[in-house]
Amino acid sequence: MTTAAKSFWVALVGNPNSGKTAIFNVLTGLNQKVSNYPGVTVEKKIGKARFADGEQFDLLDLPGTYSLTPESMDERIVTEQVLNWVHGDNPPSVIVSVVDATNLSRNFYLTTQLADLGIPVVVALNMMDLVRDKLEIDLEKLASDLGVAAIVPMSATEKWGQEKLLSVIQNSPSVKDHENPFPIFLNDDISSALDPLQDIFKREFGYDERLSKAQAIRLITRQSTLEIYNEMSSNGISSDNTFMESLENKRQDAVDILEDLGIKHRIMEATLRYEWLDSVLIASKINIDPQIAETNYSEKLDRLLTHKFAGPAIFVLLLYFIFQSIFTWAIIPMDWINNGVAWVGNQVLNLMSAGMLRDLLVEGVIAGVGAILIFLPQILILMFFMTLLEDTGYMARVAFMMDRFMTMIGLHGRSVLPLMSGYACAIPGIMSSRTIDSWKERLITMLILPLMSCSARLPVYALMIGAFIPATNIFGFINLQGLTLVMMYFLGTATAFILAKVFSIFIKVEGKSSFVMELPPYRTPLWRSVLSQVLNRGKLFVVNAGKIIMAISIVLWFLASFPKVDDPSINENSIRNSYAGKIGRTIEPVIEPLGFDWKLGIGLITSFAAREVLVSTMATIYNVESDGDDVIQLTDAMKSDRNPKTGMPLYTPLVALSLMVFFVFAAQCMATFAIIRNETNSWKWPLFMIIYMNGLAYGASFIVYQGGLLLGFG
Amino acid sequence: MRLYDLIDGEIATVQSFTGDMELQSRLVEMGILPGIRIRRIKTAPMNGPIELKVRDYHVSLRQVDARNILINQ
Repeated sequence: MTTAAKSFWVALVGNPNSGKTAIFNVLTGLNQKVSNYPGVTVEKKIGKARFADGEQFDLLDLPGTYSLTPESMDERIVTEQVLNWVHGDNPPSVIVSVVDATNLSRNFYLTTQLADLGIPVVVALNMMDLVRDKLEIDLEKLASDLGVAAIVPMSATEKWGQEKLLSVIQNSPSVKDHENPFPIFLNDDISSALDPLQDIFKREFGYDERLSKAQAIRLITRQSTLEIYNEMSSNGISSDNTFMESLENKRQDAVDILEDLGIKHRIMEATLRYEWLDSVLIASKINIDPQIAETNYSEKLDRLLTHKFAGPAIFVLLLYFIFQSIFTWAIIPMDWINNGVAWVGNQVLNLMSAGMLRDLLVEGVIAGVGAILIFLPQILILMFFMTLLEDTGYMARVAFMMDRFMTMIGLHGRSVLPLMSGYACAIPGIMSSRTIDSWKERLITMLILPLMSCSARLPVYALMIGAFIPATNIFGFINLQGLTLVMMYFLGTATAFILAKVFSIFIKVEGKSSFVMELPPYRTPLWRSVLSQVLNRGKLFVVNAGKIIMAISIVLWFLASFPKVDDPSINENSIRNSYAGKIGRTIEPVIEPLGFDWKLGIGLITSFAAREVLVSTMATIYNVESDGDDVIQLTDAMKSDRNPKTGMPLYTPLVALSLMVFFVFAAQCMATFAIIRNETNSWKWPLFMIIYMNGLAYGASFIVYQGGLLLGFG
Repeated sequence: MRLYDLIDGEIATVQSFTGDMELQSRLVEMGILPGIRIRRIKTAPMNGPIELKVRDYHVSLRQVDARNILINQ
């Protein structure tokens, strides 16, 4: 038992919106690790779960899919994984097929495809809390009819049934139900058309009767299945190199025979499988002709939420509310963090004796990392709202409402979620664009996505707004600071839309686009799950602050502190003559027309590692400059900084505006370049993005600053 | 008649598909097969995609694609 338990692992597979991730969270708690599949950016979530006897096992959460014939990239991952298992690449001990109990027939379609594989399948019949009274089925009979090891009713929301699920999982590898014959009746004509294909599968890969039949049908139904075998074959699954050729030939033969018989081969699998599945469900007294005339609560809510006029208006108001709350709610926790960082800095100042190490710690590390940590509350609030919109099911409605508009500007209804994720971070946004099945629309979505102001820009906006935009109210209720923030987001978003249209005219890529999207019922989000997603994002942000920002802060501190000048008469401007100062002054002529001085120049250079680094850079510069025994406030320092020539304030609201506009447009994030290179498989698109975005940034900033000067501001 | 011509709120039975074959594969996998009853619920703002109820769930598709789905009322 213990030796077998070492390799015991379980895969979770299910339709989108089946509550798969909720079950994953219930079983693993917060004990999970998110990484990527090799070479691609689909998230691979692995967690550790425990049986009642304390035995631990790995649980893998696969992307949601409707079938094992792929349509989008996400689904392709599932199909490839599953085929790899069948071909002996570390198959799971058990597959848990997550099924939404409110929507049986469509969910069971995937379950029965999984049951063909020869790996024990356990059905987690989720969301039973929503149907408990209406569903009185003989689950044992249904399980044996479907060819699965067991069906376990449960509710991830109400957290019951998971103990039963665990014990069934633990015992199911010994159940030999998967030796069932292929359950679907095929008439002689179809059977004999499939035979040659089946023979190849049996001979080449040792598939059994059931699996070979299932794969033969799938191969005929969908061209994409052939492509996957092609890919596997180039990875050397078959010793016979004429294998692909004979597979293709035999497929064409079978298609011809079926077409002569008048069978629509492209819908053959679904037609046969649903016919059989519906009969199984009827035998278990499940109503498969549901009351489609019935109006459920989601539909009633949608009368308002996706109403022709009210729907879009509510969406816009919601966005406005979210961005306003980012500013208002975060004030208090930001104060705490601010005071906390100052306290730590002062403790270090008191405890350590004066010297280089102390200077490095206080002026470099603490000042730099602290200046970033302060924005954690705002990022958490933004992430909280994004997760909430997604988990309640509202985001799908947004895609539904926006599809027409998105199509008009060359995008896709499904671009809305990636673009909105872009407000948090471009990386997950680009990842979620994988659900867009047309390549052209996906490419354009990725190219404009970095224009959506991500949370790394938020610290820059927040610093500039906090320091230079007065907190007055317009018309008594609109906070000018909040409004400025909203305007920055709007500027990026509007530009993104315009450019999407432009790109869609000039980028020529083949591919058809469709919009078949489920609108899941509205659901109360699982707070635990929302919380864990928000915390994960926060953790990522802090780890980044820990790694990149600390490293840059340290390097920067050296550059800003050396060479030390002994002459006391120029000591006041020591940073000006440091290495960093020299670099900053070298690029000053280029950025002067934008209103930036050499200090901001240093910040601009360092911010190309990550945007938020600008803030920590400024903090480090001012702390080195003050060279004192106190951790200084960045906003105060920037406000009171004077131009040595004129004696006027160095940074004005106009400079702040120009800098923010620069950050709206500039491409500065190395991680984004890398991921776009990965997704498009060439350096052409990331290079294109860097050039167009930075050109835009310089131009827009120039117009804002020079225009502002002409109009007499600043 | 076509699903495209169905009025919001009306119920019909899917008869067959014309046109784009790839989309048809996706629809049948989601259980939208000849013989299944569907209700057209609404049309999205700006005359956008339509929302359907089929089996036990709601699904949206574009009006161009609804032209390729033949129905009996």
